[in-house]
Amino acid sequence: MTAKDAVMAEPRKKKSAPRADAESMAARQRDISVSEFFAKNRHLLGFDNPRKAMLTTVKEAVDNSLDACEEAGILPEIAVIVEDLEPSRPATAKSSRYRVTIVDNGPGIVRKQVENIFGRLLYGSKFHRLKMSRGQQGIGISAAGMYGLITTGRPMTIFTKPKVGQPTHHIELAMNTKTNRAEVTFDKEVKEFPPVRLRDLSSGTKALAEQGGFLTAAEFPTGTSVTIELDGKYQKGRGSVDEFLELTAIANPHARIVFVPPSRVTEDEEPDVLAAAEATAAAKAAVTTETNGVIVFPRGVQELPPEMREIQPHPKGIELGILLQMLKDYELAEKGGTLYNFLQERFCRVSASTASSMCDAIGVSSRAKAGDIEPPQAEKLYKVFQESKLAPPPTDCLAPIGVRQLLAGMLKGVRAEFYSASSRSAEVYRGRPFQIEAAVAFGGELAADEPARVIRFANRVPLLFQQSACSSFKAVTETAWKNYNLQQPRGGLPVGPLVIMIHMASVWVPFTSESKEAIADYDEIRKEMKLALMECGRKLGTYLRKRQKMRREGERRDVFERYIGEIAKAINDITGEDARKVYDALLKQARSRTAVADQVLDEDGKVLKDEPMDEDGVIVVPESMAAGAGGAAAPEAPAAEAESPPGKRRSRRATEGSAAARPSKPSKPSKPAKVDAARAELRARAAKASGKSSGGKGTDGPRLF
Amino acid sequence: MAKGKRPAVTRSLKERDAVTTRKIVDLVALVARNSLAGKEPRLEIPTRTKGNTIWNKKRGILEMGDGVAERPLFDLKTAKQFMQTMLHSSTIKDLIAAQKTSSLRGVFYKAKHTVAGTKENTFDTQDESDPILEDLEVALGALREELHIFAENRGSMVGNITIVDKGDEIDCRRMGSGGYALPSIVEPDVIQFKKCEAKFVLHVEKGTVWNRFNEDRFWEKNNCILTHGAGQPPRGCRRLLQRLNQELGLPIICVLDNDPWGHYIYSVIKQGSISLAFESSRLAIPEAKFLGIRAKDFKECGLDDAVKIDLTENDVKRAKEIAAYPWFAQHRGWQREIDALLSNGFKMEVESLITKDISYVSETYVPERLKRKDWLE
Repeated sequence: MTAKDAVMAEPRKKKSAPRADAESMAARQRDISVSEFFAKNRHLLGFDNPRKAMLTTVKEAVDNSLDACEEAGILPEIAVIVEDLEPSRPATAKSSRYRVTIVDNGPGIVRKQVENIFGRLLYGSKFHRLKMSRGQQGIGISAAGMYGLITTGRPMTIFTKPKVGQPTHHIELAMNTKTNRAEVTFDKEVKEFPPVRLRDLSSGTKALAEQGGFLTAAEFPTGTSVTIELDGKYQKGRGSVDEFLELTAIANPHARIVFVPPSRVTEDEEPDVLAAAEATAAAKAAVTTETNGVIVFPRGVQELPPEMREIQPHPKGIELGILLQMLKDYELAEKGGTLYNFLQERFCRVSASTASSMCDAIGVSSRAKAGDIEPPQAEKLYKVFQESKLAPPPTDCLAPIGVRQLLAGMLKGVRAEFYSASSRSAEVYRGRPFQIEAAVAFGGELAADEPARVIRFANRVPLLFQQSACSSFKAVTETAWKNYNLQQPRGGLPVGPLVIMIHMASVWVPFTSESKEAIADYDEIRKEMKLALMECGRKLGTYLRKRQKMRREGERRDVFERYIGEIAKAINDITGEDARKVYDALLKQARSRTAVADQVLDEDGKVLKDEPMDEDGVIVVPESMAAGAGGAAAPEAPAAEAESPPGKRRSRRATEGSAAARPSKPSKPSKPAKVDAARAELRARAAKASGKSSGGKGTDGPRLF
Repeated sequence: MAKGKRPAVTRSLKERDAVTTRKIVDLVALVARNSLAGKEPRLEIPTRTKGNTIWNKKRGILEMGDGVAERPLFDLKTAKQFMQTMLHSSTIKDLIAAQKTSSLRGVFYKAKHTVAGTKENTFDTQDESDPILEDLEVALGALREELHIFAENRGSMVGNITIVDKGDEIDCRRMGSGGYALPSIVEPDVIQFKKCEAKFVLHVEKGTVWNRFNEDRFWEKNNCILTHGAGQPPRGCRRLLQRLNQELGLPIICVLDNDPWGHYIYSVIKQGSISLAFESSRLAIPEAKFLGIRAKDFKECGLDDAVKIDLTENDVKRAKEIAAYPWFAQHRGWQREIDALLSNGFKMEVESLITKDISYVSETYVPERLKRKDWLE
């Protein structure tokens, strides 16, 4: 439903005795501003309830920040701060007033655009082009600001610093819903950026800031900070801000995100120094940590996704109405432009000869003007489009996350034992290119007897609601997981310690609604999703079978070793042969016969050998470590760590990543290795696995297959 | 292999024990040698399965073939059995050294304990233990008594015979209502026949039927020996019957139920069983006769419908299997008998004859049939 539809639906005529005439009705009929419409229909944009409003606000701001950073070629550094403004409210309160602040180190916004970007609905750079990005319609952040204004009466506060060494703009904006225009209520130039106030929020933020890990001026030479006060609700769990950030971190391993959730911790509480030190170590190991109430999602890889190209629509991907509009637009732009040129310029994959044969097909000369094409001819042209043989649209406009990055993201966000990922090559639906990626994590700390958790992403944005309406969910349930040694009730999700991730990258993701919660169920898309899942599943199945074999061999060994003692004793009773010698000889045989069980266990039954599968797109964390990896990250992280030192983290070019991530040659750790050390090594190994292709700005993104 | 290897009665007990002990030590020493040499220890056990039995038509008995099953230690299927075989070897060696004998159950208990450091038992039930002992018998080529093992007493005997059991003279005419309990070891060095007037042996299936005949003093009136084997006769009973048949020349006449189980018992007495095929030459009695009861008896004796017991599916299947045994397959009388059983569609127990009269079986049925020599061979 659009605003236009709503306008048309308003004046309902009734057949009974007229209570008003056309004149009196005309007096009430007037334009409706888009903002006004959405103010009344806020559920369409994801502001249905206080909790979701909070989430949507964070989500829109973070999406914008990531898009802006990537477009400017900056490794994103994002802080999300949620402050509780009514900490003394009764515990039963349904909602409360919060102040949400999102700070990024993006390129900043030039002064004159601030009102447009934050103050107008349906204003943006992303709607009119076919280019892969998180946001699409240009509704998000301004809608969030409007929601805040409606519920609290407080304007949106923006700090933005578009240039290094230049002052920061401090602007407060209140949106006028009637005019769809923002009104500036405060406008001043200040020096500081990011806002200093935020560093002193709590003991946790202070401690982190002192270590140089939170809103330092060095990390934020430019950037934007948005603060919105709103009536919302902060609650953890499914569909929470926490989950959104967790998933965002998985899909965006190149971003570092710090989250300060609201807390009632008093300011003068002593910071937990030990915990802080642990967190620092863990951050080096690129594992998500929570210390003193501050959650850090560290950066997992050092390269930015490659820059994305904008493409023209593909003839097969448009509708007749759009074609008519495009013809009109072309005439406006290029007075007297020919149809022949129009076809070549405004579509992809239409060559000069294709264009002239299309002109022939509808019976007009190639010199005919685009403006002269009548609707019946346009309809013919539309049919010709459908019948013509055209190359599929170019796919280098897509930036998949990439197998290596997927693994890095999963590894830091999900504590499992086995990870595999796959990235399909690009395909086309309705003339629009798209690409599917999937990853699975298995075992470790994941709940063993619950249905798998499906995490869904579109252009790296997590989708948190309407799971069962989503094409990806259907793809998961339609995949035969039983083939991969997993349980699966008929038509349901597989059951087991499993997280399944699906990502769709496309220049235009077909969502089922404006709130962008589920991917529409196109056959082409679902098929690709299933293929990607099957690829991951096969790797998982191989691993599970191997693990099963190892366990079986272990059990076999147990059986043999149990009986060997008895046998040695009986032999000694009968023949007088030395029982110890016989026992040792038999034990040696038993061990060598069940050597498969040794592949992860040595004599202590603990230590990792140089064995985990060397297959592409797979990481295996030995169980003992996966289990221990929780809070036990020890301070002495190994030198082989892939992370670059904190001060240097900001790099405009994305080339150092692969070099920094190169591991020291995985040596055979004969002594029980520290948990984090092993994890780091595995990470490094994952990096190695894709090392060949991760040379930064490839056209196609790093790919393993 | 025990086949044809009759223990010489003359050989002294001590000599035989020394031989058995040496066999055990040799078997286990090989295991020890292989273990120390880094080779997988494995036992070779002659297989006691249908596939490894041979029907010796000439002798009329089942014999054991040459099939041998490997029992490697490092195989999940056989590891435990390997260990159990070793334990029992040790137990038996101890028994021989101590000059004691033990029951099957006693051996089971002696070797049963918890495996060190686990909660697992070396043997869970006697059903696991008994086959291991039979394995040892065949693997060592030693008789059960040579292993100093005996089974429970089972079966009884009365009749016109006097025997000596371990030096005690036993007059089987004066055994009261219970009869002489048949021990599991009845070899000539334990039991000798002293004085026998009986002309034949009547073997019945169960104690209850045996009681009927004994109470009616059948053996006295018909000058015979009366035995039963409590269902499928154990080795002691079968060995004694064979000795009565071979050493005293007494015909063995069986009165068993008219059902596949009865036919099977007869088959075991006559030709030997699959699992004890290695002992057939000591146990089988190819001349044994099947007197009854027969499928035709329902009509011939004019029995009441109430005695009929319907054949189950399993019975039918079993009857067909038995009909296909080579010694029955070539016997027209038996083919007809089994066909008659199947076409009757019901089975009858020996007790069904009681419906005629309480002593019909002992005073009318058996004497008449004996007189007519109406039996199957």
